[in-house]
Amino acid sequence: MAFWILQTLNGLSFSMLLFLIAAGFTLIFGLMKIINIAHGSFYLLSAYIGLTILHATGSFLLALAAGSLAAVILGIVMESFFLRRFHMKDLQQVLLTFGFVLVISDLCLWIWGGNPQTLPIPSGFEGSIWIAGMVFPIYRLLVILLGVLFAIGLWIFQEKTKIGAIVRAGVDDEEMLRGSGINIQMVFAAVFALGALLAGLGGIIGGPFVGVFPGVDIWILLLALVVVIIGGVGSLKGAFVGSLLVGLIDNFGKALFPQFSLFTIFAPMAIILAIRPSGIFGRLEK
Amino acid sequence: MKTEKYSRVVKSPLLFLGIPLLFLILFLPSLVSNYYVGLAIQILVMAIFATSLNLLVGYTGLPSLGHAAYFGVAGYAAGFLYLAGMKNLWLMIILGMGLGAITAAIFGLLAIRAKGPYFLIITLALAQVLWAIAFKWRSLTGGDDGLPGIGRPEIGLGINLKADPHFYYLTWVIFLLFLLAFSILINSPFGHTLRGIRESESRMKALGCNVWLYKYLAFIFAGSLAGISGVLWVCYDGFVNPSNLGINLSITGLLMLILGGGGSLYGPALGAGIIVLLENIVSGFTERWSLCLGMIYIVVIMLFPEGIFSVMRRGR
Repeated sequence: MAFWILQTLNGLSFSMLLFLIAAGFTLIFGLMKIINIAHGSFYLLSAYIGLTILHATGSFLLALAAGSLAAVILGIVMESFFLRRFHMKDLQQVLLTFGFVLVISDLCLWIWGGNPQTLPIPSGFEGSIWIAGMVFPIYRLLVILLGVLFAIGLWIFQEKTKIGAIVRAGVDDEEMLRGSGINIQMVFAAVFALGALLAGLGGIIGGPFVGVFPGVDIWILLLALVVVIIGGVGSLKGAFVGSLLVGLIDNFGKALFPQFSLFTIFAPMAIILAIRPSGIFGRLEK
Repeated sequence: MKTEKYSRVVKSPLLFLGIPLLFLILFLPSLVSNYYVGLAIQILVMAIFATSLNLLVGYTGLPSLGHAAYFGVAGYAAGFLYLAGMKNLWLMIILGMGLGAITAAIFGLLAIRAKGPYFLIITLALAQVLWAIAFKWRSLTGGDDGLPGIGRPEIGLGINLKADPHFYYLTWVIFLLFLLAFSILINSPFGHTLRGIRESESRMKALGCNVWLYKYLAFIFAGSLAGISGVLWVCYDGFVNPSNLGINLSITGLLMLILGGGGSLYGPALGAGIIVLLENIVSGFTERWSLCLGMIYIVVIMLFPEGIFSVMRRGR
């Protein structure tokens, strides 16, 4: 019993990190149809800046603020100076964002070096607690709690606020939204910044257990892709369910069948693509 | 009439450029050092890769973001064959093309139902899955370190491919054969159908064409053709690692295509030449070549979003 509880909690904490990252990707894609290859770069940049701030000030909250601010600024620059000119031109967007991947990863390698690093766990959450006769790190519980809070926050934002309604309208029919006199450029920039913010938060929150290293940007992108393909591209609900599935299946797969640990993340994606190509909550697009 | 035709041929820029170019190609190994011969080999191999991608992107209108998968799978196959003691190049190419086709057949089943950006996402994710497997399955692939110690293959006939000039001429022969086969393919009824699908899928459907099947076949053809380039690259490089499968190569292929112009026979080869030269120049003068390349990519897309030659085409 203890095994199942601990592995479930372990999987859930990974799921919640996945959700932060995949939610940002899916929000941006859902509204603007931009495939942001540089989504993992937000994670990378934010985690490294958080690391530096943490070492300088010792404050995890300050690191969280600085890291996500850096991601947001990068996101706004990318959207308003570069991607905006290539609305609905997917190949050009892919190539542009890939250029940013190269620039950001090499800058980070230059500044922070190539050794894998982890962020220290914020003070007050270093210990472990006893659950069903086994120890479990408190920080992972905090990650689960934060993930759930963000999920609720995003749901309220999308379903209950006016901006959320505008975003939903934009996903459904962008032309009509333009016609109704809404400044869609502002909405685009805001949603892109929100997506960058979520990935940036992921970099700080995931920093203590996933860590940050050259190449993590591509891993993060891959994880986001797998989650959104399973859940349905463009759907927040899909990102949540996809994260839960991927996080739990990956964790139990690794614990129960370590020899197949490679395929535990990808097998669900292949199965979903085969039986329901649009993903669990995706719509077959127009 | 005849003289007019004659003078037009003489005046055509192709001839003025063509004859010196032909001499340059033929005698390159005796004119320049092995480094530049190697560069020429890289350009030719990448030209095959970009042209095979062009079958999907330029002719069928399927923007694949995972084309490196077939390049890499074929490369690993060549590596395994060589390390197992089977060093025949033709065997490697046949196996590489076969595995490229099989991988594409599996990916195509999962990806072709999706359209537009969804197709991009799915092809990217599928290729990255192979990359991750190559990265993590250390006992088979050597993980990040890859498989070193792959030597030059043998083709018999008493030709020793260990010398770069010999490999250079062989690459030219294979490239020209490939280009001939490719131009036959795209000018066949099959190729015309693909272009029809690119222009209007619904009209092709209305004409009774099985659009899915044609897309699927194009996908498999492109995968097996990319396999040729994957095998040649590994034989030249002597090394294969997960980056042969990765997103970097897939997107570089797209960049070559866009720069040179998709949907034309020679465009991707031109793009490949530009990108390979650029990568080598940049990595020659700075350690921060990745940073510089990233900035160059961004600038190039901002300035020439439809490719360098589209500017000239528009001018005409």
